[in-house]
Amino acid sequence: MTPTHPPSGMARESASSFRHEVSGSSSTALGSPSTPPADAIVVTVNGQKVVVPRLMPDWTGKLAPTTMLQACAAAKVDVPFYCYHPRLPVAGNCRMCLVEYGTPVLGPDRHAVRGPDGELVINKSPRPAIACATPITSGMAIYTDTPGVKRMREGVLEFLLANHPLDCPICDKAGECRLQEYSVDYGESASRFVETKVHKPKQVDIGPRIVLDDERCILCTRCIRFTRDLVGDDALGIVNRGSYSTLTHYPGRPFDNNYSLNTVDLCPVGALTSKDFRFQMRVWFLKETKGVCTSCGTGCNILIGSRENRVLRYTPRDNGAVNGSWMCDTGRLNYKWIHRPDRIVKLGGSRLPAPAWPAALAAVASALRNAPPSSVAIVASARQTNEELYLLRKLAQRLGAVSDSVPRSGEPDRWLVSADRNPNSAGARLFGLAADPMGSNVPRFAQGIRTGSLKTLLVFGEDVTRCGLGADLLAKLETLIVSDVLPNPTTALAHHLLPGCAAVEKRGSFTNVHGRVQRVFAAIDPPGDARPEWEFLRDLVMALTGHAFPDTIEGLFNQMAGDVPALHGLEWAALGDAGLTVPMQSRTPDNEPR
Amino acid sequence: MIVKRNPLNWAERLYLPAVWNGFKVTLRHFFRRKVTMQYPEERWVVPQAYRGAPYLVRDQNGNTKCVSCQLCEFVCPPKAISITPPGPDGPPADRRNAEKMPLEFKINMLRCIFCGLCEEVCPEEAIFLKRDYALVGTNRQEMVYARDKLLELGGTHQDHILKWERMEREAAAQEP
Repeated sequence: MTPTHPPSGMARESASSFRHEVSGSSSTALGSPSTPPADAIVVTVNGQKVVVPRLMPDWTGKLAPTTMLQACAAAKVDVPFYCYHPRLPVAGNCRMCLVEYGTPVLGPDRHAVRGPDGELVINKSPRPAIACATPITSGMAIYTDTPGVKRMREGVLEFLLANHPLDCPICDKAGECRLQEYSVDYGESASRFVETKVHKPKQVDIGPRIVLDDERCILCTRCIRFTRDLVGDDALGIVNRGSYSTLTHYPGRPFDNNYSLNTVDLCPVGALTSKDFRFQMRVWFLKETKGVCTSCGTGCNILIGSRENRVLRYTPRDNGAVNGSWMCDTGRLNYKWIHRPDRIVKLGGSRLPAPAWPAALAAVASALRNAPPSSVAIVASARQTNEELYLLRKLAQRLGAVSDSVPRSGEPDRWLVSADRNPNSAGARLFGLAADPMGSNVPRFAQGIRTGSLKTLLVFGEDVTRCGLGADLLAKLETLIVSDVLPNPTTALAHHLLPGCAAVEKRGSFTNVHGRVQRVFAAIDPPGDARPEWEFLRDLVMALTGHAFPDTIEGLFNQMAGDVPALHGLEWAALGDAGLTVPMQSRTPDNEPR
Repeated sequence: MIVKRNPLNWAERLYLPAVWNGFKVTLRHFFRRKVTMQYPEERWVVPQAYRGAPYLVRDQNGNTKCVSCQLCEFVCPPKAISITPPGPDGPPADRRNAEKMPLEFKINMLRCIFCGLCEEVCPEEAIFLKRDYALVGTNRQEMVYARDKLLELGGTHQDHILKWERMEREAAAQEP
């Protein structure tokens, strides 16, 4: 089973992204090996000379001797592998990356012998070596396209497939399975195995979020290394021997840490599958949109897998500066609310003039225009994008309004989960919408409503009844304008209710706790009347100020970058997939640089 | 090009020989075996390899063969097939070790072009182009055949391999 258009996410840790990572260094292909830099080595890959650094970062980021695999990647030569992962310790057990190599012949003077053509004379090693764990030496020649290497790959694949159940039709990994891909690319066309396969446990419940199928496991130990060496939860291991080797969790100890679902992405085959995504959709149907996780201030880069306007899964997207190749299970599974049946999909509020956006916005604009200065307050949300916060800032300036947003905090862990559970607290501070400390203005709003000096309140994406502005206070307001995604006590009291969007339904940018500005793209269309907040905020700000604002997110971002000193020099296009870091004005303990 | 037309002679101008020749042809066919069928009372029995409507089949043990791998949905050129996979909480499959079967399987027979790619791509031999060629319905909705209807129309397929049953037997034999 080999779909012709596999989704791009499967190549997450494969040669393409990996190559990008290692070739970002100073490696260049040179015609002449005459003068390599002192800290560089010249090697030959399939006859092509490449200069690679003597030391390259290993999985921890520390410098280690460059391996043959890294040299091949620098030469843009694909070498297949299962157990190797650029962000995991090297195990070297799958043998898929076996290559042939040779070293220069040394003369009696211990210097490399050169042939009549001036090239080094190579003594080819009688044995192959695994490219992922063998350091290169000066003048080494690596061969990946010889008949011997082809036979070795076929042999390794034949061993791996000997006991593989070949149940691709019911395997969730089908379509992004390395065993499928390499079988097509490097395997033999037919099986010679006529014996009975070894059967192992299937559908094993090893944790609250993971199902294990031991027959599919190729024993690469990526999951074991990940949970032991990166998470620090030594939960998995292999028992028994030979073809009876079985991956399992320790008895009585479920595999339930908050990063367990990363092993599903890591697993090169379908041994570990997600209970949440199990049998939901075949991966080749998923449209993958680049986004950012909005469950906490870390802003892990994600791919949003969706089909027919339905979000089906989040998977981490590689970004060495933010989340590596990982994300936490909490953030990964925090998407189901997007499709809640009770979402606000219609314009509403007790003073809705007509169920259409132009009329609703005109009513809001006239209510705000008639409001005397300093009688307006804005509760922004640190879950909004930078563009929306920028427009809200413009609105606050025009109205002379006081503003604040609501802090959200939780227990941080030592890795990716931030104590700040808002995805854009940094943005709220950057645009001056949040008080210092965040949320300290809200009691003043309550006081203002009580004394009658505060008559108009704009609330974006927050339930203010939970932070000191109770229903009795909101009832005293002359005008309550609310925009939200899900219904809550505040939206129930709104005079003007404007349906907003989830982060996966709009474009924009978020600033994480370390000041990294990252873009998000719309994966699905907003339901019903709902519109991206920046669109109607732009219309509102234009109606109130009379200034024109760009009607594209690119234009708006670029104008914002020119307008806000902290973002000077940024451009929408220049943010790229990885984002850019801006200097933070104030440092909280949580946004200390790592 | 100029076509030269000879003037008709008197016998030809009489028309009677031509009329007689026409009657001769009619009379010859009158006594031949009839090839016209009284459709729809009489139906043409199509050859075994005819590519008619695609239906789902059950194996001889009455199990739904489809495992909702969605390859037919992927390959279908006019996008006539739409499958709802069972999801994590779906009902159990007929064969326990096959783990899943479709929650819903719809073929829009108005879209179907009877190309047979679904049958060709199916790794489970669960969908076959049967010999039905005259599909009728009184509205568009009726022409979207759902899973149960497709299974009923498809009937039983004699499966000589029964791989899931074989795998279950093998696994049971290896139990310690």
